[in-house]
Amino acid sequence: MSANGSAMITITDVSKWYGKTQVLNKCTTEIAKGEVVVVCGPSGSGKSTLIKCVNGLEPFDEGNIVVDGISVGDPKTKLPKLRARIGMVFQHFELFPHLSVIRNLSLAQIKVLGRDEKAALANGMRLLDRVGLHEHAAKFPGQLSGGQQQRVAIARALAMDPIAMLFDEPTSALDPEMIKEVLDVMVALAKDGMTMIVVTHEMGFARQVANRVVFMDKGDIVEDAPTAEFFAKPRSERAQTFLSKILAH
Amino acid sequence: MFSNIDWDIILRSLPYLFFDGMRFTVILTILATAGGIVIGTILALLRLSNIPGLSHVAGFYVNLIRSMPLVLVIFWFFFLVPYIGQWITGSDRPIQVGAFYSALVTFTLFEAAYFCEIMRAGIQSISRGQQQAAQALGMSYPTTMGYIILPQAFRNMVPVLLTQTIILFQDTSLVYVISVTDFLGAASKIAQRDGRLVEMYLFAAVVYFVISLVASHGVRRLQHRIAIIR
Repeated sequence: MSANGSAMITITDVSKWYGKTQVLNKCTTEIAKGEVVVVCGPSGSGKSTLIKCVNGLEPFDEGNIVVDGISVGDPKTKLPKLRARIGMVFQHFELFPHLSVIRNLSLAQIKVLGRDEKAALANGMRLLDRVGLHEHAAKFPGQLSGGQQQRVAIARALAMDPIAMLFDEPTSALDPEMIKEVLDVMVALAKDGMTMIVVTHEMGFARQVANRVVFMDKGDIVEDAPTAEFFAKPRSERAQTFLSKILAH
Repeated sequence: MFSNIDWDIILRSLPYLFFDGMRFTVILTILATAGGIVIGTILALLRLSNIPGLSHVAGFYVNLIRSMPLVLVIFWFFFLVPYIGQWITGSDRPIQVGAFYSALVTFTLFEAAYFCEIMRAGIQSISRGQQQAAQALGMSYPTTMGYIILPQAFRNMVPVLLTQTIILFQDTSLVYVISVTDFLGAASKIAQRDGRLVEMYLFAAVVYFVISLVASHGVRRLQHRIAIIR
Protein backbone atom coordinates (compact mmCIF):
# COMPACT_ATOMS: atom_id res chain seq x y z
CA MET A 1 0.00 0.00 0.00
CA SER A 2 2.70 2.54 0.90
CA ALA A 3 6.20 3.01 -0.44
CA ASN A 4 8.01 0.25 1.43
CA GLY A 5 5.13 -2.13 0.93
CA SER A 6 5.23 -4.44 3.97
CA ALA A 7 2.00 -4.28 5.98
CA MET A 8 2.54 -4.11 9.72
CA ILE A 9 -1.16 -4.11 10.59
CA THR A 10 -3.87 -5.52 8.34
CA ILE A 11 -7.51 -5.01 9.25
CA THR A 12 -9.91 -7.02 7.08
CA ASP A 13 -13.71 -6.80 7.15
CA VAL A 14 -13.87 -6.29 10.91
CA SER A 15 -17.39 -6.07 12.34
CA LYS A 16 -18.49 -5.76 15.93
CA TRP A 17 -21.82 -5.54 17.72
CA TYR A 18 -22.76 -4.45 21.22
CA GLY A 19 -25.91 -6.50 21.57
CA LYS A 20 -27.94 -5.48 18.55
CA THR A 21 -26.09 -2.23 17.89
CA GLN A 22 -23.45 -2.55 15.25
CA VAL A 23 -20.38 -0.48 16.18
CA LEU A 24 -18.01 -1.59 13.43
CA ASN A 25 -19.11 -2.51 9.94
CA LYS A 26 -16.70 -4.43 7.71
CA CYS A 27 -13.78 -2.14 8.41
CA THR A 28 -10.80 -2.74 6.17
CA THR A 29 -7.48 -0.94 6.08
CA GLU A 30 -3.77 -1.57 6.19
CA ILE A 31 -0.91 0.17 7.95
CA ALA A 32 2.58 -0.27 6.58
CA LYS A 33 5.74 -0.31 8.66
CA GLY A 34 6.74 3.24 9.51
CA GLU A 35 3.42 4.65 8.40
CA VAL A 36 1.43 7.18 10.41
CA VAL A 37 -2.34 6.93 10.01
CA VAL A 38 -4.76 9.35 11.59
CA VAL A 39 -8.27 8.07 12.30
CA CYS A 40 -10.91 10.74 12.70
CA GLY A 41 -14.67 11.01 12.74
CA PRO A 42 -17.56 12.12 14.92
CA SER A 43 -17.86 10.68 18.43
CA GLY A 44 -19.48 7.28 18.48
CA SER A 45 -18.17 6.48 15.02
CA GLY A 46 -16.21 3.47 16.30
CA LYS A 47 -12.69 4.84 15.92
CA SER A 48 -11.58 4.07 19.50
CA THR A 49 -13.22 0.67 19.32
CA LEU A 50 -11.36 -0.10 16.09
CA ILE A 51 -7.90 0.65 17.49
CA LYS A 52 -8.70 -1.26 20.69
CA CYS A 53 -9.45 -4.24 18.46
CA VAL A 54 -5.92 -4.02 17.07
CA ASN A 55 -4.33 -5.06 20.38
CA GLY A 56 -7.25 -7.23 21.44
CA LEU A 57 -8.50 -4.98 24.26
CA GLU A 58 -11.87 -5.14 22.52
CA PRO A 59 -12.95 -8.41 20.95
CA PHE A 60 -14.55 -8.28 17.51
CA ASP A 61 -17.18 -10.56 16.03
CA GLU A 62 -16.22 -10.89 12.38
CA GLY A 63 -13.24 -10.31 10.17
CA ASN A 64 -9.56 -10.52 10.87
CA ILE A 65 -6.73 -8.37 12.17
CA VAL A 66 -3.13 -9.37 11.60
CA VAL A 67 -0.31 -7.57 13.41
CA ASP A 68 3.20 -8.39 12.27
CA GLY A 69 2.03 -11.76 10.99
CA ILE A 70 0.05 -12.64 14.14
CA SER A 71 -3.72 -13.00 13.96
CA VAL A 72 -5.37 -11.06 16.81
CA GLY A 73 -8.71 -12.87 16.61
CA ASP A 74 -7.18 -16.34 16.70
CA PRO A 75 -8.03 -17.95 20.06
CA LYS A 76 -4.58 -19.57 20.06
CA THR A 77 -2.84 -16.19 19.96
CA LYS A 78 -1.29 -15.22 23.28
CA LEU A 79 -2.74 -11.74 23.57
CA PRO A 80 -0.52 -10.53 26.45
CA LYS A 81 2.55 -11.39 24.38
CA LEU A 82 1.19 -9.51 21.38
CA ARG A 83 0.09 -6.52 23.45
CA ALA A 84 3.54 -6.21 24.98
CA ARG A 85 4.80 -5.37 21.48
CA ILE A 86 2.13 -2.74 20.69
CA GLY A 87 2.27 0.49 22.65
CA MET A 88 -0.99 2.14 23.60
CA VAL A 89 -1.72 5.66 24.84
CA PHE A 90 -5.12 6.40 26.37
CA GLN A 91 -7.29 9.49 26.46
CA HIS A 92 -7.16 9.63 30.25
CA PHE A 93 -3.46 8.69 30.50
CA GLU A 94 -4.13 5.72 32.81
CA LEU A 95 -0.84 6.03 34.63
CA PHE A 96 -0.74 3.86 37.73
CA PRO A 97 -1.38 6.42 40.49
CA HIS A 98 0.08 4.34 43.32
CA LEU A 99 3.46 3.98 41.59
CA SER A 100 6.13 6.62 41.04
CA VAL A 101 6.75 7.80 37.49
CA ILE A 102 9.84 5.63 37.08
CA ARG A 103 8.03 2.57 38.49
CA ASN A 104 5.27 3.21 35.98
CA LEU A 105 7.91 2.88 33.29
CA SER A 106 9.85 -0.03 34.73
CA LEU A 107 7.16 -2.37 36.08
CA ALA A 108 6.04 -3.95 32.80
CA GLN A 109 9.61 -4.13 31.53
CA ILE A 110 10.48 -6.24 34.56
CA LYS A 111 7.28 -8.29 34.88
CA VAL A 112 6.47 -8.77 31.20
CA LEU A 113 9.77 -8.56 29.32
CA GLY A 114 11.80 -10.07 32.16
CA ARG A 115 14.40 -7.31 32.16
CA ASP A 116 16.41 -6.89 35.32
CA GLU A 117 15.65 -3.96 37.57
CA LYS A 118 18.78 -2.00 36.64
CA ALA A 119 18.27 -2.27 32.89
CA ALA A 120 14.58 -1.40 33.22
CA LEU A 121 15.32 1.69 35.30
CA ALA A 122 18.06 2.83 32.92
CA ASN A 123 15.78 2.38 29.92
CA GLY A 124 12.99 4.17 31.79
CA MET A 125 15.23 7.13 32.57
CA ARG A 126 16.37 7.30 28.95
CA LEU A 127 12.76 7.54 27.77
CA LEU A 128 11.82 10.08 30.44
CA ASP A 129 14.71 12.11 29.12
CA ARG A 130 13.34 11.76 25.62
CA VAL A 131 9.95 13.22 26.63
CA GLY A 132 11.68 15.90 28.71
CA LEU A 133 10.62 14.67 32.16
CA HIS A 134 13.89 13.35 33.51
CA GLU A 135 13.66 15.34 36.74
CA HIS A 136 10.15 14.06 37.58
CA ALA A 137 11.14 10.37 37.84
CA ALA A 138 10.55 10.09 41.59
CA LYS A 139 7.23 11.93 41.61
CA PHE A 140 3.81 10.35 41.57
CA PRO A 141 1.49 10.83 38.57
CA GLY A 142 -0.90 12.94 40.65
CA GLN A 143 1.83 15.53 41.11
CA LEU A 144 2.19 16.14 37.36
CA SER A 145 0.11 18.22 34.97
CA GLY A 146 -2.09 16.51 32.40
CA GLY A 147 0.38 17.15 29.60
CA GLN A 148 3.24 15.77 31.65
CA GLN A 149 1.20 12.70 32.58
CA GLN A 150 0.44 11.98 28.95
CA ARG A 151 4.13 12.31 28.05
CA VAL A 152 4.93 9.83 30.83
CA ALA A 153 2.28 7.52 29.38
CA ILE A 154 3.94 7.73 25.96
CA ALA A 155 7.34 7.02 27.54
CA ARG A 156 5.81 4.06 29.41
CA ALA A 157 4.58 2.57 26.15
CA LEU A 158 7.92 3.22 24.43
CA ALA A 159 9.81 1.52 27.26
CA MET A 160 8.49 -1.80 25.93
CA ASP A 161 10.23 -1.23 22.56
CA PRO A 162 6.96 -1.48 20.64
CA ILE A 163 6.77 -2.27 16.94
CA ALA A 164 3.77 0.05 16.61
CA MET A 165 1.94 2.63 18.71
CA LEU A 166 -1.80 3.18 19.12
CA PHE A 167 -3.03 6.56 20.34
CA ASP A 168 -6.65 6.82 21.53
CA GLU A 169 -7.51 10.55 21.52
CA PRO A 170 -4.31 11.40 23.37
CA THR A 171 -5.02 15.13 23.64
CA SER A 172 -8.79 15.16 24.16
CA ALA A 173 -8.61 15.29 27.95
CA LEU A 174 -5.95 18.00 28.03
CA ASP A 175 -6.22 21.72 28.62
CA PRO A 176 -5.46 23.60 25.40
CA GLU A 177 -2.11 24.93 26.57
CA MET A 178 -0.86 21.38 27.17
CA ILE A 179 -1.82 19.89 23.85
CA LYS A 180 1.28 21.13 22.05
CA GLU A 181 3.80 19.49 24.39
CA VAL A 182 2.14 16.12 23.80
CA LEU A 183 1.81 16.60 20.04
CA ASP A 184 5.49 17.62 19.84
CA VAL A 185 6.48 14.29 21.37
CA MET A 186 4.23 12.47 18.90
CA VAL A 187 5.59 14.38 15.92
CA ALA A 188 9.14 13.53 16.96
CA LEU A 189 8.12 9.89 17.29
CA ALA A 190 6.54 9.89 13.83
CA LYS A 191 9.66 11.43 12.33
CA ASP A 192 11.73 8.68 13.95
CA GLY A 193 9.82 6.21 11.80
CA MET A 194 7.44 4.72 14.41
CA THR A 195 4.39 2.96 12.99
CA MET A 196 1.43 4.83 14.46
CA ILE A 197 -2.35 4.74 14.43
CA VAL A 198 -3.65 7.94 15.98
CA VAL A 199 -7.29 8.59 16.79
CA THR A 200 -7.45 12.36 17.05
CA HIS A 201 -9.25 15.51 16.04
CA GLU A 202 -5.96 17.42 15.79
CA MET A 203 -6.00 18.09 12.08
CA GLY A 204 -2.81 20.15 12.31
CA PHE A 205 -1.04 17.02 13.54
CA ALA A 206 -2.59 14.99 10.73
CA ARG A 207 -1.42 17.48 8.11
CA GLN A 208 2.07 17.60 9.55
CA VAL A 209 2.94 13.92 9.93
CA ALA A 210 0.17 11.59 8.76
CA ASN A 211 0.71 9.54 5.61
CA ARG A 212 -2.97 8.78 5.42
CA VAL A 213 -6.23 9.83 7.03
CA VAL A 214 -9.01 7.36 7.74
CA PHE A 215 -12.43 8.90 8.26
CA MET A 216 -15.05 6.86 10.12
CA ASP A 217 -18.74 7.43 10.65
CA LYS A 218 -21.30 5.14 12.30
CA GLY A 219 -18.93 2.18 12.29
CA ASP A 220 -17.97 2.50 8.62
CA ILE A 221 -14.61 3.46 7.21
CA VAL A 222 -16.02 6.09 4.89
CA GLU A 223 -12.77 7.44 3.56
CA ASP A 224 -9.18 6.21 3.53
CA ALA A 225 -6.94 8.58 1.61
CA PRO A 226 -3.42 10.02 1.52
CA THR A 227 -3.32 13.09 3.76
CA ALA A 228 -2.97 15.76 1.07
CA GLU A 229 -5.79 14.24 -0.93
CA PHE A 230 -8.04 13.99 2.11
CA PHE A 231 -7.64 17.63 3.02
CA ALA A 232 -7.80 18.90 -0.57
CA LYS A 233 -11.11 17.31 -1.31
CA PRO A 234 -12.70 14.49 0.62
CA ARG A 235 -14.77 12.34 -1.71
CA SER A 236 -17.68 11.63 0.61
CA GLU A 237 -20.17 14.21 1.72
CA ARG A 238 -20.00 12.99 5.33
CA ALA A 239 -16.26 13.63 5.46
CA GLN A 240 -16.69 17.03 3.84
CA THR A 241 -19.25 18.08 6.44
CA PHE A 242 -17.10 16.77 9.30
CA LEU A 243 -13.99 18.49 7.97
CA SER A 244 -15.69 21.83 7.44
CA LYS A 245 -17.02 21.71 11.01
CA ILE A 246 -13.76 20.72 12.62
CA LEU A 247 -11.58 23.11 10.62
CA ALA A 248 -13.99 26.02 11.16
CA HIS A 249 -13.41 26.08 14.90
CA MET B 1 -25.93 -1.47 94.18
CA PHE B 2 -23.02 0.97 94.23
CA SER B 3 -22.81 0.96 98.05
CA ASN B 4 -19.93 -1.43 98.47
CA ILE B 5 -17.91 -1.17 95.29
CA ASP B 6 -14.59 -2.91 95.40
CA TRP B 7 -12.32 -1.45 92.74
CA ASP B 8 -9.47 -3.50 94.06
CA ILE B 9 -10.90 -6.60 92.40
CA ILE B 10 -10.01 -5.13 89.02
CA LEU B 11 -6.41 -4.57 89.99
CA ARG B 12 -6.12 -8.08 91.39
CA SER B 13 -7.56 -9.69 88.30
CA LEU B 14 -5.63 -7.63 85.73
CA PRO B 15 -3.07 -10.35 84.91
CA TYR B 16 -5.78 -12.89 84.28
CA LEU B 17 -7.94 -10.45 82.29
CA PHE B 18 -5.14 -9.37 80.00
CA PHE B 19 -2.71 -12.28 79.78
CA ASP B 20 -5.44 -14.86 79.39
CA GLY B 21 -8.50 -13.03 78.15
CA MET B 22 -7.21 -10.12 76.09
CA ARG B 23 -4.38 -12.15 74.63
CA PHE B 24 -6.91 -14.55 73.18
CA THR B 25 -9.12 -11.74 71.92
CA VAL B 26 -6.23 -9.95 70.19
CA ILE B 27 -4.70 -13.07 68.66
CA LEU B 28 -8.07 -14.21 67.36
CA THR B 29 -8.81 -10.76 65.93
CA ILE B 30 -5.45 -10.44 64.17
CA LEU B 31 -5.37 -13.95 62.74
CA ALA B 32 -9.01 -13.91 61.64
CA THR B 33 -8.53 -10.51 59.99
CA ALA B 34 -5.41 -11.61 58.14
CA GLY B 35 -6.97 -14.88 57.02
CA GLY B 36 -10.28 -13.19 56.28
CA ILE B 37 -8.66 -10.59 54.03
CA VAL B 38 -6.71 -13.21 52.08
CA ILE B 39 -9.69 -15.54 51.61
CA GLY B 40 -12.05 -12.60 51.12
CA THR B 41 -9.87 -11.20 48.35
CA ILE B 42 -9.78 -14.58 46.61
CA LEU B 43 -13.58 -14.82 46.95
CA ALA B 44 -13.93 -11.31 45.52
CA LEU B 45 -11.75 -12.22 42.52
CA LEU B 46 -13.84 -15.36 41.99
CA ARG B 47 -17.09 -13.39 42.24
CA LEU B 48 -15.84 -10.87 39.71
CA SER B 49 -14.41 -13.50 37.39
CA ASN B 50 -16.44 -14.72 34.46
CA ILE B 51 -15.87 -18.36 35.29
CA PRO B 52 -19.59 -19.22 35.58
CA GLY B 53 -19.51 -22.01 38.19
CA LEU B 54 -16.94 -20.49 40.51
CA SER B 55 -18.40 -17.01 40.55
CA HIS B 56 -21.79 -18.42 41.55
CA VAL B 57 -20.36 -20.67 44.24
CA ALA B 58 -18.45 -17.73 45.73
CA GLY B 59 -21.53 -15.53 45.52
CA PHE B 60 -23.68 -18.17 47.19
CA TYR B 61 -21.20 -18.65 50.03
CA VAL B 62 -20.95 -14.93 50.69
CA ASN B 63 -24.69 -14.39 50.67
CA LEU B 64 -25.32 -17.43 52.86
CA ILE B 65 -22.81 -16.39 55.54
CA ARG B 66 -23.90 -12.78 55.48
CA SER B 67 -27.51 -13.69 56.10
CA MET B 68 -26.74 -15.70 59.25
CA PRO B 69 -26.27 -14.45 62.80
CA LEU B 70 -22.65 -14.90 63.87
CA VAL B 71 -23.65 -16.94 66.92
CA LEU B 72 -25.36 -19.47 64.71
CA VAL B 73 -22.31 -19.74 62.47
CA ILE B 74 -20.09 -20.22 65.53
CA PHE B 75 -22.30 -23.10 66.68
CA TRP B 76 -22.39 -24.70 63.27
CA PHE B 77 -18.66 -24.56 62.77
CA PHE B 78 -17.99 -25.77 66.30
CA PHE B 79 -19.92 -28.93 65.47
CA LEU B 80 -18.87 -29.16 61.85
CA VAL B 81 -15.15 -28.36 61.89
CA PRO B 82 -14.17 -31.78 63.32
CA TYR B 83 -16.08 -33.43 60.46
CA ILE B 84 -14.63 -31.07 57.83
CA GLY B 85 -11.20 -31.93 59.24
CA GLN B 86 -12.01 -35.60 58.93
CA TRP B 87 -13.14 -35.10 55.35
CA ILE B 88 -10.01 -33.17 54.38
CA THR B 89 -7.52 -35.51 56.03
CA GLY B 90 -9.45 -38.64 55.13
CA SER B 91 -9.24 -39.84 58.74
CA ASP B 92 -11.75 -42.39 59.96
CA ARG B 93 -12.98 -40.33 62.88
CA PRO B 94 -13.75 -36.62 63.45
CA ILE B 95 -10.63 -34.53 64.10
CA GLN B 96 -10.41 -33.00 67.57
CA VAL B 97 -9.51 -29.38 66.80
CA GLY B 98 -9.94 -27.64 70.12
CA ALA B 99 -12.00 -24.57 70.81
CA PHE B 100 -9.33 -22.07 69.75
CA TYR B 101 -8.85 -23.49 66.26
CA SER B 102 -12.56 -23.96 65.88
CA ALA B 103 -13.10 -20.30 66.77
CA LEU B 104 -10.27 -19.23 64.45
CA VAL B 105 -11.66 -21.16 61.49
CA THR B 106 -15.16 -19.83 62.17
CA PHE B 107 -14.18 -16.18 62.44
CA THR B 108 -11.84 -16.38 59.46
CA LEU B 109 -14.46 -17.90 57.21
CA PHE B 110 -17.19 -15.61 58.57
CA GLU B 111 -15.13 -12.46 58.13
CA ALA B 112 -14.00 -13.63 54.68
CA ALA B 113 -17.56 -13.11 53.46
CA TYR B 114 -17.56 -9.52 54.67
CA PHE B 115 -14.03 -8.78 53.47
CA CYS B 116 -15.04 -10.27 50.10
CA GLU B 117 -17.72 -7.63 49.68
CA ILE B 118 -15.35 -4.87 50.80
CA MET B 119 -12.63 -5.98 48.38
CA ARG B 120 -15.18 -6.41 45.60
CA ALA B 121 -16.27 -2.80 46.06
CA GLY B 122 -12.60 -1.80 46.19
CA ILE B 123 -11.76 -3.60 42.94
CA GLN B 124 -14.80 -2.09 41.24
CA SER B 125 -13.76 1.37 42.41
CA ILE B 126 -10.68 1.15 40.17
CA SER B 127 -11.50 2.42 36.69
CA ARG B 128 -11.65 -0.03 33.83
CA GLY B 129 -8.97 2.04 32.11
CA GLN B 130 -6.40 0.93 34.69
CA GLN B 131 -6.96 -2.68 33.79
CA GLN B 132 -6.84 -1.88 30.07
CA ALA B 133 -3.58 0.05 30.55
CA ALA B 134 -2.03 -2.90 32.37
CA GLN B 135 -3.26 -5.32 29.71
CA ALA B 136 -2.02 -3.05 26.92
CA LEU B 137 1.45 -3.32 28.45
CA GLY B 138 1.18 -7.09 28.11
CA MET B 139 0.62 -7.82 31.78
CA SER B 140 -1.01 -11.14 32.62
CA TYR B 141 -4.12 -11.33 34.82
CA PRO B 142 -2.13 -12.18 37.99
CA THR B 143 0.35 -9.35 37.36
CA THR B 144 -2.44 -6.88 36.62
CA MET B 145 -4.28 -7.83 39.80
CA GLY B 146 -1.23 -8.17 42.01
CA TYR B 147 0.60 -5.00 41.03
CA ILE B 148 -2.03 -2.64 39.63
CA ILE B 149 -5.60 -3.32 40.73
CA LEU B 150 -5.38 -4.90 44.20
CA PRO B 151 -2.83 -2.45 45.67
CA GLN B 152 -5.08 0.45 44.68
CA ALA B 153 -8.27 -1.35 45.76
CA PHE B 154 -6.69 -2.23 49.07
CA ARG B 155 -5.57 1.33 49.73
CA ASN B 156 -9.02 2.69 48.92
CA MET B 157 -10.59 0.17 51.26
CA VAL B 158 -8.21 0.31 54.24
CA PRO B 159 -10.56 2.46 56.34
CA VAL B 160 -13.47 0.08 55.77
CA LEU B 161 -11.31 -3.00 56.28
CA LEU B 162 -10.03 -1.71 59.60
CA THR B 163 -13.48 -0.62 60.72
CA GLN B 164 -14.62 -4.17 60.03
CA THR B 165 -11.68 -5.38 62.11
CA ILE B 166 -12.78 -3.21 65.04
CA ILE B 167 -16.24 -4.77 64.79
CA LEU B 168 -14.60 -8.20 64.71
CA PHE B 169 -12.62 -7.29 67.82
CA GLN B 170 -15.91 -6.75 69.63
CA ASP B 171 -17.60 -9.76 68.04
CA THR B 172 -14.93 -12.17 69.26
CA SER B 173 -16.66 -11.96 72.65
CA LEU B 174 -19.30 -14.30 71.20
CA VAL B 175 -16.90 -17.21 71.66
CA TYR B 176 -18.44 -17.56 75.12
CA VAL B 177 -21.10 -19.73 73.46
CA ILE B 178 -18.50 -22.43 72.88
CA SER B 179 -17.01 -21.91 76.35
CA VAL B 180 -13.84 -20.19 75.22
CA THR B 181 -12.50 -17.51 77.52
CA ASP B 182 -11.78 -14.22 75.79
CA PHE B 183 -11.43 -10.86 77.50
CA LEU B 184 -15.12 -10.45 78.22
CA GLY B 185 -15.35 -14.11 79.20
CA ALA B 186 -12.53 -13.65 81.70
CA ALA B 187 -14.16 -10.58 83.16
CA SER B 188 -17.44 -12.41 83.33
CA LYS B 189 -15.93 -15.39 85.14
CA ILE B 190 -14.45 -13.23 87.86
CA ALA B 191 -17.64 -11.24 88.11
CA GLN B 192 -19.62 -14.41 88.73
CA ARG B 193 -17.09 -15.98 91.03
CA ASP B 194 -16.70 -12.99 93.32
CA GLY B 195 -20.11 -11.45 92.79
CA ARG B 196 -18.50 -8.29 91.39
CA LEU B 197 -20.70 -7.83 88.34
CA VAL B 198 -20.78 -4.02 88.33
CA GLU B 199 -17.05 -3.55 88.68
CA MET B 200 -16.06 -6.13 86.12
CA TYR B 201 -18.62 -5.27 83.46
CA LEU B 202 -17.94 -1.56 83.85
CA PHE B 203 -14.24 -2.18 83.50
CA ALA B 204 -14.75 -4.40 80.45
CA ALA B 205 -16.89 -1.73 78.81
CA VAL B 206 -14.23 0.92 79.45
CA VAL B 207 -11.49 -1.29 77.98
CA TYR B 208 -13.50 -2.08 74.83
CA PHE B 209 -14.37 1.59 74.46
CA VAL B 210 -10.80 2.85 74.85
CA ILE B 211 -9.29 0.27 72.50
CA SER B 212 -11.93 0.81 69.81
CA LEU B 213 -11.62 4.59 70.10
CA VAL B 214 -7.85 4.54 69.83
CA ALA B 215 -8.05 2.13 66.92
CA SER B 216 -10.52 4.22 64.96
CA HIS B 217 -8.38 7.30 65.48
CA GLY B 218 -5.42 5.31 64.24
CA VAL B 219 -7.43 4.31 61.15
CA ARG B 220 -8.15 7.95 60.36
CA ARG B 221 -4.51 8.94 60.66
CA LEU B 222 -3.36 5.97 58.60
CA GLN B 223 -5.90 6.90 55.95
CA HIS B 224 -4.18 10.25 55.40
CA ARG B 225 -0.73 8.69 55.31
CA ILE B 226 -1.40 6.04 52.68
CA ALA B 227 -3.80 8.02 50.48
CA ILE B 228 -2.85 7.97 46.80
CA ILE B 229 -1.88 11.41 45.54
CA ARG B 230 -4.35 12.56 42.92
